[in-house]
Amino acid sequence: MDKLEVPNNILCTKSHEYIIAEKDIATVGITDYAVDQLGDVVFVELPDVGASFSKGESFGTIESVKAASEIYMPVGGKVIEVNENLAKQPELINEDCFEKGWLIKIAEFDKSELDDAMSYDEYKDFLESNEEEE
Amino acid sequence: MYNYLPHTDQIREEMLKEIGFKSVEDLFSNINRNIRFDNSNFDLPEGVSELEAKEKLSELASNNLSLSDCLSFLGGGTYYRYVPACIGTIIERSEFLTSYTPYQPEVSQGTLQVIYEYQSMICNLTGMDAANASVYDGATACAEAVLMAARITKRSKALIASSINPEYKEVIKTYCYGEGIDIDYISLKNGKSDIENIKQDEYACILIQNPNYLGSVEDVFEISEVCKSSKAKFIVCTDLISSAILKRPASYGADIVVGDIQSLGLPIAFGGPHGGFIACRTEYLRQIPGRIAGMTKDLDGKTAFTLTLQTREQHIRRAKATSNICSNQALMALAATVYLSVMGPEGLKEAATISSARAHYLAEKINKIPGFKVLFNDFLYEFVVKVDDEFSAKDLLNQLKEQNILAGIPLDDKFDEYKNCILVCVTEMNHISGIDKFAAALEKITSKCCLRS
Repeated sequence: MDKLEVPNNILCTKSHEYIIAEKDIATVGITDYAVDQLGDVVFVELPDVGASFSKGESFGTIESVKAASEIYMPVGGKVIEVNENLAKQPELINEDCFEKGWLIKIAEFDKSELDDAMSYDEYKDFLESNEEEE
Repeated sequence: MYNYLPHTDQIREEMLKEIGFKSVEDLFSNINRNIRFDNSNFDLPEGVSELEAKEKLSELASNNLSLSDCLSFLGGGTYYRYVPACIGTIIERSEFLTSYTPYQPEVSQGTLQVIYEYQSMICNLTGMDAANASVYDGATACAEAVLMAARITKRSKALIASSINPEYKEVIKTYCYGEGIDIDYISLKNGKSDIENIKQDEYACILIQNPNYLGSVEDVFEISEVCKSSKAKFIVCTDLISSAILKRPASYGADIVVGDIQSLGLPIAFGGPHGGFIACRTEYLRQIPGRIAGMTKDLDGKTAFTLTLQTREQHIRRAKATSNICSNQALMALAATVYLSVMGPEGLKEAATISSARAHYLAEKINKIPGFKVLFNDFLYEFVVKVDDEFSAKDLLNQLKEQNILAGIPLDDKFDEYKNCILVCVTEMNHISGIDKFAAALEKITSKCCLRS
């Protein structure tokens, strides 16, 4: 996989989702590490626009050739847009998980819920320490 | 006589010694006596020789009434239909009979292709886009379809027609209990769902059987409209033989079509095996339980078959699997595939037409006998006979059984609405002569009864 440009205001979760919050709207997707673990993505199940979820709740499923995995909300909020392109081109997630391969955009979220999210560097450390444990 | 147990006392002693015990009793000493089976009450006879055992079993088997020795008018979910001889020959080939789950496509092309052909035939008969590799039986197929609809709609209530097979109702109830899905029923009117009385609610699905358990054809278009307006998924349970002469469920808006495949070349046996099918529209494909065989190309570009959507199955996804049905009835699905192949569209139509024509012939005959009334007329090959209250339907069935006539299924315990009623089924196995014999026997019994009273 080519080296992806990582957005600088990104925050990551232990369950490998990322969130990029800009003012009132945040973009949610899965991290490059998650993509690497999943392999070729073949199907993405996303919620309806308007649906609300709380932090940690599953809002969809990503299915790859290896596994079908739940995706969890990094923060509670309301879905205002879903990436419609993924229905026909789930491979966008493999190609560019941070830009074209985003999953949902949310609004009405509480920024304080992001306190335990990690910066990208912290997330890398977290992954490394996990690998050591294994 | 050799008792077939390979362990001699000497071997037992050696094994106990090896693990440091003196007796078998020592071995189980850590199991509380209170919960142990009391051996002294276990009054087993001495072992017998193979010859003696065979004689004993034959004697017991002779108590059975064999279908080949009697006239059967039993239906209600298990149908006595002709099973072409080639089915047995093909399914007993060891490549099919002994094969395991085709997880390795490189060694399972035959099995996978059979499943693929089976799925294609199910799609063809139902008009659906996709079918799975089969499930255990019609009842589990219904229950899984309800769970499927609940997942698709994210709703937790199901509306089920009272006219479906009562055993299917029980299985659906069991499945829904664990998932927290509430069930409402559509009341009965004239042997079918009372469409005037369908509650509009946030239902995940409306499930009907067509033709229903009582043999009647449901008002499918009206029910389909209710589904559309309430955004409930329309689940249709059907006997595929009927699809040869009725409209395909897809044409009246079914979202999921399910049923039992026993009528397609599987013999009647106490306890089965049956097989069930589930088919749906493409948009619900990822919610279909169990496995699906798909067609693809191998490295050299040749047509090849493989299991697909496996990542949603239990062996990979564990607790989050689409369903805990991880298995299928591959051998039964093979039998159905062979059946459909040898019958062809014309043969299937013939079986359905003959059954229906003879059923109506019998119904007319019964209707003319004093004391009996055929309750509903828009049936295919099963119908309900109301027995006049001066006779007991169950006694009548017993008397006919003594003459080797299995006249039907009593509905007393199944439907409060149809006391003293019998469900009668006619297939291509019932010849006119047998049907006449049944009607004559019925007339004889009841005329005697009348004289007596």
